[in-house]
Amino acid sequence: MSASTKESISNQRHHKGVYDALVIGGGLVGSAIAFGLRQEVDHVAVLDEGDVAFRASRGNFGLVWVQSKGMGMPAYGHWTVSSQRLWSVLAEKLEAITGLEVGLEQKGGLHAVLTEHEYESRVQFMNKLIEQPGMIQYQWKMLDRKELLDMVPGIGPEVLGASWTEIDGVANPLKMLRALHTAFDVQSVDYLPEHPVADIHFKNNIFEMGTPHGIVRAKKIVIASGLGNQLLGNQIGLSIPVRPQRGQIIVLERTKRMLQLPFATLRQMDEGTWLIGDSQEEAAYADDVVGLPILATLANRAVRTIPKLRDVRVVRSWSALRVMSKDGFPIYEESPQFPGAFVATCHSGVTLAAAHALRLAPMVVEGKLSEEMAPFSTRRFNVQATT
Amino acid sequence: MFKRLPESEAQLNAHPVALKVNGMEVFCREGDSVAAALFAAGLLDCRDTPVKGVPRGPFCMMGVCFDCLVEINGMPNQQGCMVLAKPGMNIERQLGAREVQT
Amino acid sequence: MSQVSNCEVAIIGAGPAGMAAALALTEYGLDVVVFDENPAAGGQIYRGITSSPLRDRPQILGKDYWAGEPLVKKFQACDAQKIHEAIVWAVSQQTSDFAPSHFEIGYSVNAEARLLHARHVLVATGAHERPFPIRGWTLPGVITGGAAQTLLKSNAIVPSDRIVLAGCGPLLYLIAWQYLNSGVKIDMLLDTTPKGRVLSLWPYLLDFVRSPYFLKGLNLVREVNSKVNVVKHVSELAANGVDALESITFKTGNQERTVEADHLLLHQGVMPNINLAQALGITLNWNDVIKCWEPVADIWGNTNVERVHIAGDAAGIAGAWAAESRGRLAATDIAFQLGKLTEQQRDTVAVKLRHDYVAVTRGREFFDRLFQPPVQFRRPTGDTVVCRCEEITASQVRETVKIGCTGPNQMKSFLRCGMGPCQGRFCAVTVTELIADERNVPEQDVGHYRLRFPTKPLTLGELAALPQTEDSIKAVVRLKKPV
Repeated sequence: MSASTKESISNQRHHKGVYDALVIGGGLVGSAIAFGLRQEVDHVAVLDEGDVAFRASRGNFGLVWVQSKGMGMPAYGHWTVSSQRLWSVLAEKLEAITGLEVGLEQKGGLHAVLTEHEYESRVQFMNKLIEQPGMIQYQWKMLDRKELLDMVPGIGPEVLGASWTEIDGVANPLKMLRALHTAFDVQSVDYLPEHPVADIHFKNNIFEMGTPHGIVRAKKIVIASGLGNQLLGNQIGLSIPVRPQRGQIIVLERTKRMLQLPFATLRQMDEGTWLIGDSQEEAAYADDVVGLPILATLANRAVRTIPKLRDVRVVRSWSALRVMSKDGFPIYEESPQFPGAFVATCHSGVTLAAAHALRLAPMVVEGKLSEEMAPFSTRRFNVQATT
Repeated sequence: MFKRLPESEAQLNAHPVALKVNGMEVFCREGDSVAAALFAAGLLDCRDTPVKGVPRGPFCMMGVCFDCLVEINGMPNQQGCMVLAKPGMNIERQLGAREVQT
Repeated sequence: MSQVSNCEVAIIGAGPAGMAAALALTEYGLDVVVFDENPAAGGQIYRGITSSPLRDRPQILGKDYWAGEPLVKKFQACDAQKIHEAIVWAVSQQTSDFAPSHFEIGYSVNAEARLLHARHVLVATGAHERPFPIRGWTLPGVITGGAAQTLLKSNAIVPSDRIVLAGCGPLLYLIAWQYLNSGVKIDMLLDTTPKGRVLSLWPYLLDFVRSPYFLKGLNLVREVNSKVNVVKHVSELAANGVDALESITFKTGNQERTVEADHLLLHQGVMPNINLAQALGITLNWNDVIKCWEPVADIWGNTNVERVHIAGDAAGIAGAWAAESRGRLAATDIAFQLGKLTEQQRDTVAVKLRHDYVAVTRGREFFDRLFQPPVQFRRPTGDTVVCRCEEITASQVRETVKIGCTGPNQMKSFLRCGMGPCQGRFCAVTVTELIADERNVPEQDVGHYRLRFPTKPLTLGELAALPQTEDSIKAVVRLKKPV
């Protein structure tokens, strides 16, 4: 085997010409959008980095979550619910194309509270959220301890209750990624790893992405490269203020299935392992360091929620960088300077996957974002675009 | 099967450690790990895997392969090769994924 | 609540490197704690030396084994604090302001998690068997050569009935020799060293002849060859059976044979135990001769992480004598860094140590190349299990590369391979090689799993009892729910 003839897989392309649409970024956001694009047009490509990159997707908890979303931006509440409603459609489509299921469970979701103060805060918050003018209405309930105990036997004595809604759910984010990438293979989407984009030019109505393997061309592009969106956004005249926010999760060994309903910060996966989250630290780019005190706090809270987990073993911890916009809400925008170039960023890649694939992608194909997307543009930050 | 060399047998006879293995009484030597005791007692496998339910037994005997998982005194997923056999220990086969203890 | 204590130097591992370092460091007057997973010191090579039932027949295990006893005895008597049956699961940079020290070492004894603060860390975690992925290697009845050695040394337990040894490397012949000494009948030894290899290595031969291992090794191999049915140049190997090993199929030249067997002892070398090192942030390089990942360190054992040294087989496979030298070298440099020695004093002490090190590693070039595991036993195909924990096969891994998975971390995400409790110890190199094979790129470019603490499991309850800080609580319990 000669290392000099580097005929690596990353160079193999089905389509050699100009793509109809191209996504920069192969994580949950980019992959979902690319999948959606492929259902509308023929030649789609995804440009991705290599194996070791700031991959927020690998730290994802997998919630398909509605409750709590949209305080300060009701449009986000709407967008989230629209995705939640379409999620089973996305899952079915993926299964039909790839034969892979993605662990979708939409049986409801809980947000536990462990003190009186937490209980009251939660009630106030959810009421205020739903009461916002223009906010989408859905049923939610504050369960007291007794009601919660009926739903989740084994809840700890400190748990005073939980906010509950029937429309929350979970999926398996890694299965999602795998299914999306398998769909690329089946449907001839050119997924090109090791193709980081250095620059973007616009020539003769075509976008040209400069990569180490040469220029890749497309009629429309979506920049969905997470923390990389800032630099790439500049290339298309958009200022995308995103910053890294570290989240750490703990993974417990497989047990027989015990927890059927997910908590926002504690869930059991379809294959039996447990995930415990979630922390939020402004930790710059240190995604490879795990702090012991944070693990202790995460563990402590989980043990208080379900005490029986005390002797279940931690098999690994994970740290990943969320892609946080200035106000925490997604950014979807078409470049005014370069129509046909879009940016998409959020930190709820699983929840919004269906909206990304089945609502955002068609908008991109059509060449413009619908009116309902206006609140998500960066104009809300009043930033000046730089060329 | 595994067998003890005379020295090991002699030490066992001098100071036997009584264990229960899957309900049966088994004797081992002071200083034997649980995994070694199981091998010497004639068991080649000690668990069924959680993914496919296939039988596995100790493989590396030094704590890095995690194939020697057994239930010891009601605690599941213990590495047999890292635990010294103690008198009265109750050792059971690890059947797939563990339960969360009630 | 858990206990927290302090020391100047924490050593992880009480094998030859850790023991030698502890002796030197305590001689320099430093406050040392040594962790080890086993009930007694010795590491793997001198495992069980203080309690082996075979003491009265030393000829079974051989002179080289018992020669380790003085070191162990000296170590037991020295001033270092020894914490045995301790599982170290984290070595993290200080993340709170407890004491003026640099590392927070999380470890568990008797299912109770504790913390130790140390100014300086020496990683001496040794090596473990490399994977030997053949069809059926997960069957009960199949164990590693090292496992067989442990059973012999520590428990005087040996296999009976039909026994086959397979693989390559000195350990395989050593165990065969030890079995002969104890009266164990070996049915067959299947040597996978490829034909013509010895001759092709003639440039390295002179050095090997001058090495301390040469005569020793030659005699041992000669004896095994004369008393055991050794089949050379085995190019294919598979273990057959439904719920346990029943037979072994192998090929040599054009001939394929199947023999019934009850035990298969597999060994094709050892590799550094890199999980703790990698989680600490130590850079790894692919050693293309022995085909595994190795931490990057200088002759002193300095790594890219400040105040972390690495010594012994954990730094690179070189055997027990070299481990002692490297342990002492590391200790000398640590003593210098902690102000107990001047640079000149350090360098003076190092002269002899480096000389010793060169002497005991002479001939390794030949050795390493001779015993390089053959490619078919590093890059399996078909339904051969690659990830034992999650039961992922070679064809699954290869297929996933074809859909664009370029590295082991993505592979982990897609297939869960490497997500089991062994944390990749038995699959990482195979996965790297398979990806390299499918992509036709060097292993160095493919990379390794990114590992994080805990590098060994501990219970959620143990973790929950560790100290929290205001910051950590703020980061987790956020009453103002994010979007």
